[in-house]
Amino acid sequence: MEKVKLTIDNKLIEVEKGTTIYKAAKELGIDIPVLCYMNLEDLGIENKPGGCRICVVEVEGRRNLAPSCSTNVEEGMVVHTHTMRVINARRTVMEFILSDHPKDCLTCAKSGNCELQDMAVKLGIREIPGQEYAEMSEYKVDFSPSIIRDLDKCIMCRRCEMMCNEFQTVGALSAFNRGFDAAVGPAFEMDLVHSTCTYCGQCVAVCPTGALTEKDHTRDVINALSDPTKTVVVQTAPAVRAALGEEFGMEAGTLVTGQMVSALRRLGFDHIFDTDFAADLTIMEEGTELLGRLTKHLSGDKDVKLPILTSCCPAWVNFFEHNFPEMKDVPSTARSPQQMFGAIAKTYFADKINVKRDDLVVVSIMPCLAKKYEAQRDEFKVDGNPDVDFSISTRELAHLIKEANLDLNTLPKEDFDKPLGESTGAGVIFGVTGGVIEAATRTAYEVHTKKKLEKIDFEELRGLDGIREATIDFDGTPIKIGIAHGLGNARKLLEDIKSGKSEFHAIEIMACPGGCIGGGGQPLHHSNSEILKARTRAIYQEDAGKPIRKSHENPYIIKLYEEFLGKPMSEKAHHLLHTAYFDKSKKIEIS
Amino acid sequence: MSSIKVKLKEKDLNKIKEICKSFNNEEGELINVLHKTQEHFGYLPAEVQEAVAQGLNMSVAKVYGVVTFYSFFTMLPKGKHPISICTGTACYVRGADNVLQEFKRQLNIEVGETTEDGKHSLSCLRCVGACGLAPVVLVGEKTYGRVSPEGVKAILEEYKDK
Repeated sequence: MEKVKLTIDNKLIEVEKGTTIYKAAKELGIDIPVLCYMNLEDLGIENKPGGCRICVVEVEGRRNLAPSCSTNVEEGMVVHTHTMRVINARRTVMEFILSDHPKDCLTCAKSGNCELQDMAVKLGIREIPGQEYAEMSEYKVDFSPSIIRDLDKCIMCRRCEMMCNEFQTVGALSAFNRGFDAAVGPAFEMDLVHSTCTYCGQCVAVCPTGALTEKDHTRDVINALSDPTKTVVVQTAPAVRAALGEEFGMEAGTLVTGQMVSALRRLGFDHIFDTDFAADLTIMEEGTELLGRLTKHLSGDKDVKLPILTSCCPAWVNFFEHNFPEMKDVPSTARSPQQMFGAIAKTYFADKINVKRDDLVVVSIMPCLAKKYEAQRDEFKVDGNPDVDFSISTRELAHLIKEANLDLNTLPKEDFDKPLGESTGAGVIFGVTGGVIEAATRTAYEVHTKKKLEKIDFEELRGLDGIREATIDFDGTPIKIGIAHGLGNARKLLEDIKSGKSEFHAIEIMACPGGCIGGGGQPLHHSNSEILKARTRAIYQEDAGKPIRKSHENPYIIKLYEEFLGKPMSEKAHHLLHTAYFDKSKKIEIS
Repeated sequence: MSSIKVKLKEKDLNKIKEICKSFNNEEGELINVLHKTQEHFGYLPAEVQEAVAQGLNMSVAKVYGVVTFYSFFTMLPKGKHPISICTGTACYVRGADNVLQEFKRQLNIEVGETTEDGKHSLSCLRCVGACGLAPVVLVGEKTYGRVSPEGVKAILEEYKDK
């Protein structure tokens, strides 16, 4: 690789040709401020439209200032990153951006966690000259079941557009109009509900301002907790415990399972349960379905639908309903762990504690925004009463805890309640890419071969590559497994299958980068992919520390089948734990 | 929620398919496809953009983004006798804005809109190379020079029964 020598702030550095000034400076430990630029290394996600001009630097011999995020280094270049000219330019740029931005920071959902606000603080902005000449664009706020869009706060960084189009290939968002009126949204400025949006929330995860936020359900939860006639049950998804600590200043990757349980207890939840329990239940159902289809396939049945696709991820479900409706019979019919939990809580558990369905409120804590949409799907309601009443994100839980004047740092570690709080290591790894299929493999292998696994860890299924393949030896039968995270990778994998290029027995798909640990409801990663890696390590650490690591060995799962469900895929299990999918694709009809 | 339905006449849909095909159904040809499509339909309503998106295998959000970025593209049908007012420098200093305001008032529409009866649409353009006649107004192919706000009524009268 050809090397280039240059000087940045009087320091000499040699970097590869094609490197940007921003990256070269970073190697020298010089952190040039950026706003629209975003880079999640290791995941191949980079946004550098060169639009905001906050990252400008002075290059000797060049008339104009150069945007460092999108200007490549050249041999002998002399760069200055903080001359008075640069600082003044950055301030002017910031003043322009703020002139068209609402000033309601105090009540904005992003306040305190806003990259625009941080930049204004960093640059010491105290007034906005020329404010009276700015035209404030006005758009109506779009309230979808998962995501709220307030385009008045859009600064046209176009990160969301990049995530939606390039990483997810969902194509719901695009920049439209020009000048002061420019914003990002669906075609014809329609609401998200009428677009191809999957509610994955990756636009929210990268939005630097309050333009894209989650639909906040914390008030609903507080109201339920304050109602003496209601019994409130909570379930927490696996990825939450690996990220919640970040909201309380802890290092990324700190596991806070026990502190989270004690915070929930102090918040007043009556029963603190674990979605991981429902993940174990999912494995029982999905694993049995997989083995059923596999056995038929191996005995020569040509009609059996393979590969089986996982169905835990609600954004992925929305994605194939929009984009691959002809394949809607292929994914597992198993409901997601969130919904399995809700269905069991409002039947089996409600009966156990003798509470009427209407008096039981199920709250879920999720790393995900699509879960909010999933919870309100009609299939998951009984006479209008949803199996899961409110789904709140990791960030919303952090708000609730802080509002109650609790601090995760000082809370003791406590245990989940029984019976729906007991889980195995297999349930925990649902939170990372490759985890669901690894959990399914642990159980399917033992059920199929009737032998004990010698090694529980399937390293070949782990990692951060967007698309991964592995063949697992089921005692003489090779089982081909595919894994994709990110909907763009999922699309590639599905198209390869459709064209006959690839063949698999089972495929796991998660919509978010890294799996649920990188979900749209998690603490903001602010384009630091090390945070996602640390959360992944934490999940595997939790799994390794569990006394039971295979779903079918969970004693409370065994008991649930004995007392209530019968066996996996039984009629009762089918009714409560399985679902169907719908064609939501766009059709052009002849009128 | 069921699938999203977009309705189009068969011959219109076939025309859009034909245009897309003539550009090899390539996403990169979007602007050329939109030009041809607007030439055929006169404007680019939502259904037409949906069909273009499908023809080029791209998201309709991106198509809409391009349509709203370039002022040449319009989502509203032009009137039978489109009115264009020159707001170039010469016309502007000779009072084009007053003329424009008078057209807006008499037609009761804004720039970019079309009257309810579909007769007139209103747009602004920059310099038609007839600065000696400033301010200049075009109605269809016909040019009117030295137009004053008082003269607007007479111009519109001409098209009353056309």
